[in-house]
Amino acid sequence: MPALPVLKQRALVYKKIRAFFDEISTLEVDTPLLGITTNTDVHIQSIAARVCSSTLYLQTSPEFAMKRLLVSGSGSIYQISHAFRDEEKGLLHHPEFSLLEWYSLGFDYQALMSQVEDLISRLFEQELSFHKISYFESFHRYLKLDLQLASQTECQDCVTQHIPGIDSSLLSWDDCLDLLMSQIVSREFKGFTFLYDYPESQASLARIKVGEPHLAERFELFYNDIELANGFSELTDAKQQRLRFLQDNCKRQQAGLQTYPIDEDFLKALEQGLPECAGVALGLDRLIMVMQQVNSIHDVMTLDTF
Amino acid sequence: MASYSTNEFRSGLKVMLDGDPCSIIENEFVKPGKGQAFSRVKIRNLKNGRVLDKTFKSGESLEGADVVDVDMQYLYDDGEFYHFMVPETFEQYPADRNAVGESNIWLKAQDMYEVTLYNGAPIAITPPNFVELEITETDPGLKGDTAQGGTKPATLESGAVVKVPLFLEIGEKVRVDTRSGAYMSRVKS
Repeated sequence: MPALPVLKQRALVYKKIRAFFDEISTLEVDTPLLGITTNTDVHIQSIAARVCSSTLYLQTSPEFAMKRLLVSGSGSIYQISHAFRDEEKGLLHHPEFSLLEWYSLGFDYQALMSQVEDLISRLFEQELSFHKISYFESFHRYLKLDLQLASQTECQDCVTQHIPGIDSSLLSWDDCLDLLMSQIVSREFKGFTFLYDYPESQASLARIKVGEPHLAERFELFYNDIELANGFSELTDAKQQRLRFLQDNCKRQQAGLQTYPIDEDFLKALEQGLPECAGVALGLDRLIMVMQQVNSIHDVMTLDTF
Repeated sequence: MASYSTNEFRSGLKVMLDGDPCSIIENEFVKPGKGQAFSRVKIRNLKNGRVLDKTFKSGESLEGADVVDVDMQYLYDDGEFYHFMVPETFEQYPADRNAVGESNIWLKAQDMYEVTLYNGAPIAITPPNFVELEITETDPGLKGDTAQGGTKPATLESGAVVKVPLFLEIGEKVRVDTRSGAYMSRVKS
């Protein structure tokens, strides 16, 4: 049971979030937590639930459901929601966590970063300064690694050099990047930092940058080395999205993980045309950790299950 | 022996690493939101006591180590082996000097210690965190200096040398933290 100040902090954050979005006429929505299918991302594991004799999945984020609402004409929307990810437990991870997700119509990721700044400043009730660095620049600055030229072997060597006791030959190019980012590069970040323009291989559901096909219009917000938010210029191409789902399932199969049916409702919606928009998910538990200056996510959970 | 996957790693788990039995001290889950998960582990080699940092990709696994901790009574030192006994079964285990390591300075006959057995043989001895031992050698106490700080070395009956307050005399019992070797208090007999 967290101290009363933590409960009050959470209540205040939620209240301010609602006030912020009310002022910019963004609609609050509440989508189902149980779905007939789920996220195919190879690095995100879903929790299955047995419901009325069939298997449903607790949603790993409200993204697909919210995009269906956008297609149906909802206009800009936001949601405060619980999300579920199996096998994620640690000082910064909890299998059930809270997030704020929102979509701003007509925005791209750059405009969305400014909106994130506005919201965060509002929540902290002060003028904050935000640093910005591109993903490639951060690797160049803190590891002297040029990601446009670096081979998989060079990335593995860089891991061996910086991370103690690891067999880097087991790691793919993206595995190396994930490890170096979370353990070395992000540790150099001070205060609020936007990391933007991710490598195309880490595009997830982001649009590829026009004229720079090796980059994805994706950003993350860090506070020191803590990842707080992840946002994109949203991919609106149904064909490309279907291809990414199929690739995900292929990777899952190779990794010996369960594969999931493709979310046809979501793809059908995309085919009808997702309006140009940018969306972002912000981890609320971690945000409250930063506000409360505590080191463990377990210190801010309301009635911690784990 | 069973094998353990990274998501079963927890402190205290005994696993084999590079052919040696090890104990996990700390396991940190590391994962970018949309990226590969890793376990960063601090792990102690139970044979030499050394602590290593290791990083595993999630899903990797390590073989379990046949290691158990058993409470045993210390009997005697025959010059080559320290002999321990399980009081309930009278089963005796000789531990070599390597296994006892630096714990030898805390050994006192009849007292209980934690003996770590690997494949049935002792590889490490852990004294209780706090022990009470008699002073067998120290400089004479300074009367009237009880309030003032200041310490002097004192040899205890087990052989350990610890710093104690000046007023303590030979024959008095002290309570000591075996992890730091620090004097805690005088024990009134």
